[in-house]
Amino acid sequence: MEAVIEFFEIFINSTDVFFRGLWITLRLSVVSLLIALVIGLFFAMLKISNVKALERIADMYIWIVRGTPLIVQIFILFYGLTDVFLISMFWAAAIALAFHSGAYIAEIIRGAIQSVDMGQTEAARSLGMTQSLAMRRIILPQAFRRAVPSLGNQFIIGIKDSSLASFIGIQELFGVANSLGSNSFNYMPYFLSVAVYYLLIVLILTFCVNRLEKKLAVSD
Amino acid sequence: MSEAKEMIRVEKLNKSFGDLHVLKDIDLKVNESDVVVLIGASGSGKSTLLRCLNFLEIKNSGNIIIEGEQIEKETHNLNKVRERVGMVFQHFNLFPHKTVLENVIEAPVQVKKMRQSEAEEIGKELLNKVGLGDKNNEYPSKLSGGQKQRVAIARALAMNPDVMLFDEPTSALDPELVGEVLATMKELGEEGMTMVVVTHEMGFAREVGDWVVYMHDGKIVETGKPSDIFDNPKEERTQAFLNSVLH
Repeated sequence: MEAVIEFFEIFINSTDVFFRGLWITLRLSVVSLLIALVIGLFFAMLKISNVKALERIADMYIWIVRGTPLIVQIFILFYGLTDVFLISMFWAAAIALAFHSGAYIAEIIRGAIQSVDMGQTEAARSLGMTQSLAMRRIILPQAFRRAVPSLGNQFIIGIKDSSLASFIGIQELFGVANSLGSNSFNYMPYFLSVAVYYLLIVLILTFCVNRLEKKLAVSD
Repeated sequence: MSEAKEMIRVEKLNKSFGDLHVLKDIDLKVNESDVVVLIGASGSGKSTLLRCLNFLEIKNSGNIIIEGEQIEKETHNLNKVRERVGMVFQHFNLFPHKTVLENVIEAPVQVKKMRQSEAEEIGKELLNKVGLGDKNNEYPSKLSGGQKQRVAIARALAMNPDVMLFDEPTSALDPELVGEVLATMKELGEEGMTMVVVTHEMGFAREVGDWVVYMHDGKIVETGKPSDIFDNPKEERTQAFLNSVLH
């Protein structure tokens, strides 16, 4: 019982510090996932380009991301980027996380695009639309709808993965928990607190994705 | 026959898919306001011929001349050509994420850069014309097959094409819905639209067609007025085909 009370005390007393970490986690996640969407869309386009060389480039990228641990990618990109460019820790971490998520998002988008019936492209082209206009106006909106559940899932993974940025010194949620733990030599309440924060974030995001799915289903 | 304006001319058209020779030396002429109906068994090349006319399939050899202009993919912007050649598909291919009216105005606004309000006016008019004036804001999923196909016709008409191609427009419909689509097409033909129609509806071919073209095995076997083809087919294979579908 005492331990439970102690945990709640620590949880409540540490909210202001954790909120700073939460803010960084949210910013890091949103920024990296937006970049990842752009990267994902780009490599999805390469994959469906029907140009062998471009497909190879996309395959290579996806192979590298899937074939190495995220923490390794973060370290390589972080030290690589900060060595070469004048770039903040935050942006280096965001780019590293985006580089990682981008590969999975590319595969999600490619699958969704290819699941749209060929007849849609033909109908669009028969009306005089160019390939890119048909893609933008007709194919991608339908593909995006189909991709929403998988993208939501990937976003959840991305938010949780952002905790690895603490290893390069970013004071996001997990970094905060680690610091507070090491200051007090009492880790467990802070680790439990950080778990609660992640659970809440994921709960809210899941709710939003479900809402979006319902909203996009009006035309079904 | 009076000197009508030539809309489409096809000369020695050949098309293969890999080893499969689908169209063999096709010659075809379609004058303005003609309704040309292509009939023949499945796999005879009717649909492929139609798709070549809209450049959804690219020919291997031969000439396709549209309104006096020989169209080649190397020298012509096919998108511009397609603006003049409307197409209606067997499976409608309406855009499911857009309402009925949005389907119709999409190309005028995006391709022709027509003002939204102007496109909507034209779109509503066209939907009225095909008998769906009350469905403007419905999504395609709420419509019957026959209604979907009429929207597809309105969508193609919204680009104000010079020719309309119909690729088995009633083959995916329940029998009781075929009539409403054929009636819309008949009306269109009577208004003077140039049409090339691939269909298995022999009643439509006879009643609405100006010319009937019988295809077999990638070749045009016989072309004639509907009365000639249906009542006095010259070729044995035409007779056999008509016997099999009419009896």
